[in-house]
Amino acid sequence: MSQNYLKVKGLSKKFGNVVALNNFSLEVARGELVTLLGPSGCGKTTALRLVAGLERQDSGTIFLESRDLTLIPAHHRNMGMVFQAYSLFPNLTVAENVAFGLQMRKVDRSARIKKAHELLDLVGLDSQSARFPHQLSGGQQQRVALARALAFEPEILLLDEPLSALDAQVRSNLREEIRRLQLSLGTTTLFVTHDQEEAMSISDRVGVMNEGRLEQIDTPDDLYNHPKNVFIANFVGLMNQVSGTKTGKSVSVFGANLKVKNEVVTDGRVLVYIRPEFVELECTESDADAKVISRLFLGSVSQVICQLNDGTIVHSLLSSRMSAEFAPGIRVKIRVNEDEVLVSNG
Amino acid sequence: MSLVVQESGKANSGAPSTRGATIHPALLTFIPLLPFILIFGFFFIYPIAALVYVSFLSNENTFTISNYVTAFSKPYNQGFWNSVKLGLLSALMGAIPGAIAAYFLEIKGSVKIRRVIAALNGVLANTGGVPLAFMFTAALGIQGFITVALKYVGIDLYANQFSLATFSGVLIVYLYFQLPLMIIVFSPAITSLRKEWREAASNLGASRSKYWRHVGLPILFPSFLASFLLLFASGFSAYATVNALTVGNFPLTPLQIGGLLDGNVSATQLHLGKALGVVMIVISALAVVPYLLIQRRVARWTS
Ligand SMILES: Nc1ncnc2c1ncn2[C@@H]1O[C@H](COP(=O)(O)OP(=O)(O)O)[C@@H](O)[C@H]1O
Ligand SMILES: [Mg+2]
Repeated sequence: MSQNYLKVKGLSKKFGNVVALNNFSLEVARGELVTLLGPSGCGKTTALRLVAGLERQDSGTIFLESRDLTLIPAHHRNMGMVFQAYSLFPNLTVAENVAFGLQMRKVDRSARIKKAHELLDLVGLDSQSARFPHQLSGGQQQRVALARALAFEPEILLLDEPLSALDAQVRSNLREEIRRLQLSLGTTTLFVTHDQEEAMSISDRVGVMNEGRLEQIDTPDDLYNHPKNVFIANFVGLMNQVSGTKTGKSVSVFGANLKVKNEVVTDGRVLVYIRPEFVELECTESDADAKVISRLFLGSVSQVICQLNDGTIVHSLLSSRMSAEFAPGIRVKIRVNEDEVLVSNG
Repeated sequence: MSLVVQESGKANSGAPSTRGATIHPALLTFIPLLPFILIFGFFFIYPIAALVYVSFLSNENTFTISNYVTAFSKPYNQGFWNSVKLGLLSALMGAIPGAIAAYFLEIKGSVKIRRVIAALNGVLANTGGVPLAFMFTAALGIQGFITVALKYVGIDLYANQFSLATFSGVLIVYLYFQLPLMIIVFSPAITSLRKEWREAASNLGASRSKYWRHVGLPILFPSFLASFLLLFASGFSAYATVNALTVGNFPLTPLQIGGLLDGNVSATQLHLGKALGVVMIVISALAVVPYLLIQRRVARWTS
């Protein structure tokens, strides 16, 4: 994918003396769904609002292909935005809300109402078109907001935690629906969330943010398997942290010597980061590393939770068939099924 | 629904065998409301009914409409006209600048400024009657300090027939409490405007003015109308301020009623005063009609 549709370069933004965004750069290809993921307060919303034009950057540029949007006001940017909640106009019907963008673009009444019905049909709410927003559930309201943001065929769709106010079931349904719509309409989309499962499940690429900076942007697979640093490793997916001893480019943990992926760590006692699926267990009587404390059955796989002799908790992800023997109380030996690991001085 | 009613009916029809006496279920729901109904009847329905009754009595306590004939002729018809005009004008002159002031205070004002203004408004909106009239007389009366100070610099307020006892004089004094009152009652409506609506509108391509036309003003309008009505009512019926300011001889209905009921009252005066009161009630009730009409439309989109 050539990543040159939306080009954001060196955006910085301070609120008073709080640095909300620090030299933030991002490129998004046409038709791509990119998610900004990060803990609360890391600057995700600020990044999105700068792209939308709802906030003015201190420095940096925003381009859409060759068009410089940096100084263009929000209402001329042609970007559809879905907010966290409560953004529908309460005095307009559902259909009027969806048609609003077209009305502002002077599309005549019959054409815009027709388009509104089309979009409402896409999100499964055409039957509600004559109702008012307060008569809909939270999930329905967000669907309408999505239809409204798409109705005028925006250059970019911007979503700021659109699912965070909804309950779990509605949330996972709607996130699949957003992805389905996005793919079928081919709308270039920038999605913001603090929920890593949400980010990993629907994105072409995920950008992990921390303290106003973009730490790493990659496909969900690469991000999970090749996190650039410890922050990302911890933030994306479940990660074990156990202590080991580092000498030069290798680290010894659970009696094995593994290669160290990251360099800037001093020798001696370090924390070693291992994914649960690389932790293998073996029943033993004599030289046990840990004791099983519980086993969570998750269907085809199970998670076995062990406690090391020093008290550290280690998660192991095994096929349910293989994990059946690891009942609570059983003593086990741990083997790491990975050659290269991330370490830190903890 | 009907099922629940049937069941509660059944439960009650079963009661006599164990208890002896039974109370109809409809009556049961009525009992908790009784204190309210009593108070409402005693302090609201009864006085109005008595007022209406007396307003139709002649000197000999027979039925007559002559009180109303008098009420609608000079000088009382003028009193109504002046009172309505004063109510409307002081409401309009308070409501529009007050609404704009409320907007800038709530949206642009700092927390500190908002707090100071709110405290000030609380005092000003409740300053009425004799103290307010005294304040204005002390400032802008013939011997008021501003009048005197202006005379020193060569401006004679009273050369141009200015007087606090005229219609425009009274209007100015009324604004003194109408404006703060508007800011107080209208501010909550302003704060109920969500930032998301403004931002969503601009995202969807609406300029600032289009946001106001299609979203902001339609949402604020019912509250504006309700606030306007409140201001109208307070201007229409204010008595003490204008009484003190004009020494009671200004053709406004509340003053005329006061004059009729003051001192040695003849039956004719008493009955006429009551008739004027009834007309005031009718005018106030009519003023609520446009609000109710708007409210019915708005009820569809508010929860
Ligand atoms: N309007 C604002 N005024 C002051 N500080 C703000 C404002 N918006 C955001 N911030 C601050 O900027 C930082 C980043 O905020 P935000 O972009 O909302 O983070 P996120 O969406 O990732 O939770 C936070 O520390 C936040 O407190
Ligand atoms: Mg946010």
